[in-house]
Amino acid sequence: MSKVRVLVGTKKGAFVLTSDGARKKWEVSGPHFAGWEIYHVKGSPVDPDRLYASQSSGWFGQVIQRSNDGGKTWEAAGNQFAYDGDVGTHLWYDGTPHPWEFKRVWHLEPSLTDPDTVYAGVEDAAIFRTTDGGQSWHELPGLRGHGGGNYWQPGAGGMGLHTILLDPSNPQRIYIAISAAGAFRTDDGGKTWKPINQGLQSPYVLPDPDAKVGHCVHRIALHGSRPEVLFMQKHWDVMRSDDAGESWYEISGNLPTDFGFPIDVHAHEPDTVYVVPIKSDSEHYPPEGKLRVYRSRTGGNDWEPLSQGLPQQDCYVNVLRDAMAVDSLEDCGVYFGTTGGQVYGSADAGDTWNAIVRDLPAVLSVEVQTLA
Amino acid sequence: MIRVILPYHLCVLAQHEGEVRLDVAAPVTQRTVLDALEARYPMLRGTIRDHDTPRRRAFIRFFAEEQDLSNQDPDAPLPDSVQRGDEPFCVIGALAGG
Repeated sequence: MSKVRVLVGTKKGAFVLTSDGARKKWEVSGPHFAGWEIYHVKGSPVDPDRLYASQSSGWFGQVIQRSNDGGKTWEAAGNQFAYDGDVGTHLWYDGTPHPWEFKRVWHLEPSLTDPDTVYAGVEDAAIFRTTDGGQSWHELPGLRGHGGGNYWQPGAGGMGLHTILLDPSNPQRIYIAISAAGAFRTDDGGKTWKPINQGLQSPYVLPDPDAKVGHCVHRIALHGSRPEVLFMQKHWDVMRSDDAGESWYEISGNLPTDFGFPIDVHAHEPDTVYVVPIKSDSEHYPPEGKLRVYRSRTGGNDWEPLSQGLPQQDCYVNVLRDAMAVDSLEDCGVYFGTTGGQVYGSADAGDTWNAIVRDLPAVLSVEVQTLA
Repeated sequence: MIRVILPYHLCVLAQHEGEVRLDVAAPVTQRTVLDALEARYPMLRGTIRDHDTPRRRAFIRFFAEEQDLSNQDPDAPLPDSVQRGDEPFCVIGALAGG
């Protein structure tokens, strides 16, 4: 019988939630790495027992952990993230050049074909890759070079590279997104990159609202069967591209607010998309104190609220950008975690929800593995 | 024999309980003690000192003999009592405030 394993990163440790395919009864293990910030935990698609975790601390810096047994035991891997060559500068808050400084790994994206190859998105924004299971990490420096990194400027949340999407139909193509810089794409395996932000508009944020870079992209998602179609939750605006990011158009439609962080796509329906509207960029909680996931079954514009089983009064949590995921069971499961420590799951594509666990530390990330 | 006390989270990371005891050839300094510590426990590299510089991380402190040695020259000899093993060299996570 199928199993589901939900990998949860929180402000004070990692948790592993497991259930059978019915997804009614859950076992909770953790905290792993208690007391440390776990920005992200993700498993290899080709070896699901191979997990990677980003563990960090204001005192002790960055650690990368690796498990070969599905999270039962862990070993520390390499944690040196040295920018390639001349470190260079980006713009600081006051507009002056500021040297790139490694702070933490936001996102780990294991290869679709090799369990020893993993991409890491880091703050200050750059992408690294390991090909030896995490022992050594090497920057793909073309991103900062070709992306005009010397003009990037951090926002209040830090200049993190938070999204890495591998195109399953084209191993040379990778999409990434960076807070306050935008989305970028490589078509040659990471040697060269170009900004893909045409059509994004950021009035009140950028002096030129149509600028090529500087847009605060919060998250991008794609469906593996149609990887040229991208869905984006921007700082404000939910966007879509039908041409691999060459151009974008808005699909916010009837959402109550188009601010938010995560966005994801149904495992079997490429036009079914999920977002969690948040009131505003300074009020990071759901509108009206009602936690609602919104689902579009039409690839955007027409959105329906999903609230059954979610708190509908006095709810003032946030859902962060990496804290939503879907499983690939026949009835697609959808999961998300909140800054209030709840992890909600739906075993029916979002129609109804249950709290798998309610009182974890603030949730930073949620990933799901569907196991045979 | 040099005695080193690590903060709880680094003990967990190193999978070590209690004091660490290290043989360190003279001169016994912050640098040589930490080099020996990281050679014994490679997973601690980067958690006490930056990989590259290798300066003390901002929120790490070094105490011995009830003195804060954090800002001393990393190549200065540690106190005699530490060199003799009478007193431990303490790696501390700085007070976070809040």
